[in-house]
Amino acid sequence: MLTPPSSRRRLGRPVSSRAADGVVKRIISLSGVLAIVILAAIGIFLGLNAVRALHDVGFWTMATGTEWYPTIAEPRFGFVPLLAGSAAVTLTALLLSVPVSIAAALFISEFANRRVKDVAKSIIEFMAAVPSVVYGLVGIAIVVPWVKETFELDSGLSALSGAIVLAFMIAPTIVSISEDALHAVPDELRQGSLALGNTRWQTSYKVVLPSASSGILAAVMLGMGRAIGETMAVLMLTGNAARIPGSLFDSVRTITGTIAAEMGSVVQGGLHQSVLFALGLVLFSITFAINLVADLVLEKQRKRWRR
Amino acid sequence: MVTGPANNGAKGSFDLKEVSVTYGSETAVAGVSMHIPPCAVTALIGPSGCGKSTLLRCLNRMNDELGNATVGGTILLDGVDIYGKELDPVELRTKVGQVFQKPNPFPMSIYDNVAYGPRTQGIRRRAELDEVVERSLKRSALWGEVKKDLKKHAFELSGGQQQRLCIARALATQPEVVLMDEPASSLDPISTQQIEDTIAELKEHVTIVIVTHNMQQAARISDQTAFMLRESMEAPAELIEVGETRVMFTNPRDKRTEAYITGRFG
Amino acid sequence: MNRRIRQARIAQTVAVAVTGTAAALVVAAALFLLVYITVRGLPAISWEFLTDVPRQQMKAGGIFPVIMGTLALTLATAALSLPVGVAAGIYLSEYAPRSRFTRVIRLSISNMAGVPSIVYGLFGLALFVILMGIGKSILAGALTLACLTLPVIITATEEALRQIPTDLRQASLALGATRWRTIYKVVLPAAAPGIVTGSILGLSRAAGETAPILFTAAVYYKRQLPDSVFADVMALPYHIFILATQVTGRPDDIIWGTAFVLVGGVTAISVAAAAWRSAQRRKVRW
Ligand SMILES: Nc1ncnc2c1ncn2[C@@H]1O[C@H](COP(=O)(O)OP(=O)(O)OP(=O)(O)O)[C@@H](O)[C@H]1O
Ligand SMILES: [Mg+2]
Repeated sequence: MLTPPSSRRRLGRPVSSRAADGVVKRIISLSGVLAIVILAAIGIFLGLNAVRALHDVGFWTMATGTEWYPTIAEPRFGFVPLLAGSAAVTLTALLLSVPVSIAAALFISEFANRRVKDVAKSIIEFMAAVPSVVYGLVGIAIVVPWVKETFELDSGLSALSGAIVLAFMIAPTIVSISEDALHAVPDELRQGSLALGNTRWQTSYKVVLPSASSGILAAVMLGMGRAIGETMAVLMLTGNAARIPGSLFDSVRTITGTIAAEMGSVVQGGLHQSVLFALGLVLFSITFAINLVADLVLEKQRKRWRR
Repeated sequence: MVTGPANNGAKGSFDLKEVSVTYGSETAVAGVSMHIPPCAVTALIGPSGCGKSTLLRCLNRMNDELGNATVGGTILLDGVDIYGKELDPVELRTKVGQVFQKPNPFPMSIYDNVAYGPRTQGIRRRAELDEVVERSLKRSALWGEVKKDLKKHAFELSGGQQQRLCIARALATQPEVVLMDEPASSLDPISTQQIEDTIAELKEHVTIVIVTHNMQQAARISDQTAFMLRESMEAPAELIEVGETRVMFTNPRDKRTEAYITGRFG
Repeated sequence: MNRRIRQARIAQTVAVAVTGTAAALVVAAALFLLVYITVRGLPAISWEFLTDVPRQQMKAGGIFPVIMGTLALTLATAALSLPVGVAAGIYLSEYAPRSRFTRVIRLSISNMAGVPSIVYGLFGLALFVILMGIGKSILAGALTLACLTLPVIITATEEALRQIPTDLRQASLALGATRWRTIYKVVLPAAAPGIVTGSILGLSRAAGETAPILFTAAVYYKRQLPDSVFADVMALPYHIFILATQVTGRPDDIIWGTAFVLVGGVTAISVAAAAWRSAQRRKVRW
């Protein structure tokens, strides 16, 4: 590059950098759009691979079929046992996790001092970073034997074992998003209530919790999305019997567990593979809907406090 | 018309004709016509929200960066329309520098801060950069305090030193004009004094347009003063009076100017 | 003191106790996890364990190829997702207009973050392994993991850029720098600690994922180290899964040793990144 003399008047900014500015902007804008492209591509590619299943088996047959025998001579591809398995594990996990998680978020946001808050948050962050196989492993080592002994079962591999471990796995999500929602409530509201002679607790449930309710709802939904989509831990803990469970002590097979367990042994391009893609599409649609609603709720909440 | 002390063919004079600025659909400033003489200090005064910053940002087209502002009328810099086709805003800004209200050094060393502008213009030679850095720091009266350690991180300087660093940074591109938006409002009295001394020296070579809320400061340092006022939130702000500072502060033409200067105003 | 106030006081005490117990429970669970993995895994760690190949149907020997496999996958994921993710973050923070389209982009990004990892696995299988014909390989696995990590990196970048005061950008523009030069020379360096830390957190998540690499990269057993990005690999999380569920007579010390290496590695890197960021923050304060 030419070095311009240090004259008082200088027009000599390299013109190329201005052109480069436009090019860079275009490249960067392109990558901005990528998220939409990938999300659409996921739907499209799962759909394309599911075409054969939809054609040969039919959506309603799959969606309402109560038998899942994918490898017998006359295979049955009914999703109901798998949906029931996912539902049983997910709902139980939510039941166990939600009350504790929201209470914990409330404590961290409203009652804990700065230090406790920071420590608790980083420990919970660690909990979210532990890989799901490791949760599965700890579940096998601790939860499965415990369930077996406590409830005197033949095997501890059951919906309950999966749900217990899942409850711990989704706790960080629910705690941290709920805590964000509580934290977003402006302090003036709290002070207003305290100044009227309310205790901190009265302030919490009369003012703070209602103000943050939509964000907490979103937290629960996102936790639910996690639970439905969680694969490895449930695969390792639920025993994977593809039957509609009669109780929580039964072995169940979830949507995710089925895909993970069976995709490795299917014939490439075969019907079974296509059915598994259809199952994946169902899973994707469910979580997509849950996430979308939760995000819209969160967006609305964020707007509300922005003045 | 006011002229600065060294006005023989000097560069850096502005001519504003019917300048207006609209944010979205709200016109903030309208009908401003004035001359800004070269190598002199012009002060913009007026109550808060009357569009001083807005008008100042027109002069280096920083309003373009806000995204929602449109500028009307014409602004000539030494006879060249700065909103015209032949002048790029990026190029304009190397000739019209700006110092902001809060000191905003870049998170890098003192040296790199001052060298930022020249490097942007493509200067790479160490010797030349060294020279520009030294000259700029001397002109902003910071050299003596920092010459021992130019590699020091800019954030380690005090607020007043940071602001003088920002002035040096603006001077390093060898601008014809430096715009200052309340450059001393966040500083202590001693730092303020230093900045004012710097301005007095700078006007030998560059045109300075300064926004200030401090009447004494305007009276002390400026050659020409422009008083702006927005009489209601519905109407845009206007230029009420512009003239030689000494005259304006002793004998304002407009009643509203007098009220403002003497402090009998909101 | 009247009764109403006394009751309110009691309610307050009870509420703090109850919610505090809940918080303690969650924190205790996390700590227990950390301690339990360490207690069971640490004794298995030896120089031999870290540098030897698996032996006797993986019931003895070490996990060297497994560690290298996860390293290769993670580095390839970083190489693929960082440039695009950071660029997208820059777009959102510096260029994106306030429009409905931008809103759709944002919604897509947060939605992507909630897509189950097994769905990414299916996507990677369909697109990279089958359609593009890359086959089960580091590349296919890394592409899949890159999709999964992208939202984390984008969000981290955008948030880090938003922390940088507008003043700083204006100062650079006012010196005659272009938009891009301003970003590249001033904004990005200032935001680097946040971007790097956030990205490392995302990448360490990717290192622990099993479901996405199940069909796209991971193999049961492979002695030799990968020689190209088209080779398949062993990986720590998959190894744990296999050892825990498919190998008869579970070799407990090897399983927990592997789990410790995975969790310890991921945690150590995340903690180091977070510590580095707060050290930088202390130095550079707006
Ligand atoms: N980016 C913007 N978008 C919309 N309106 C703006 C913007 N910047 C300024 N305004 C409006 O323009 C008017 C003038 O603002 P400006 O900041 O120029 O005033 P000022 O005289 O510099 O005030 P102060 O002395 O407080 O700095 C105000 O009504 C303000 O609300
Ligand atoms: Mg202003």
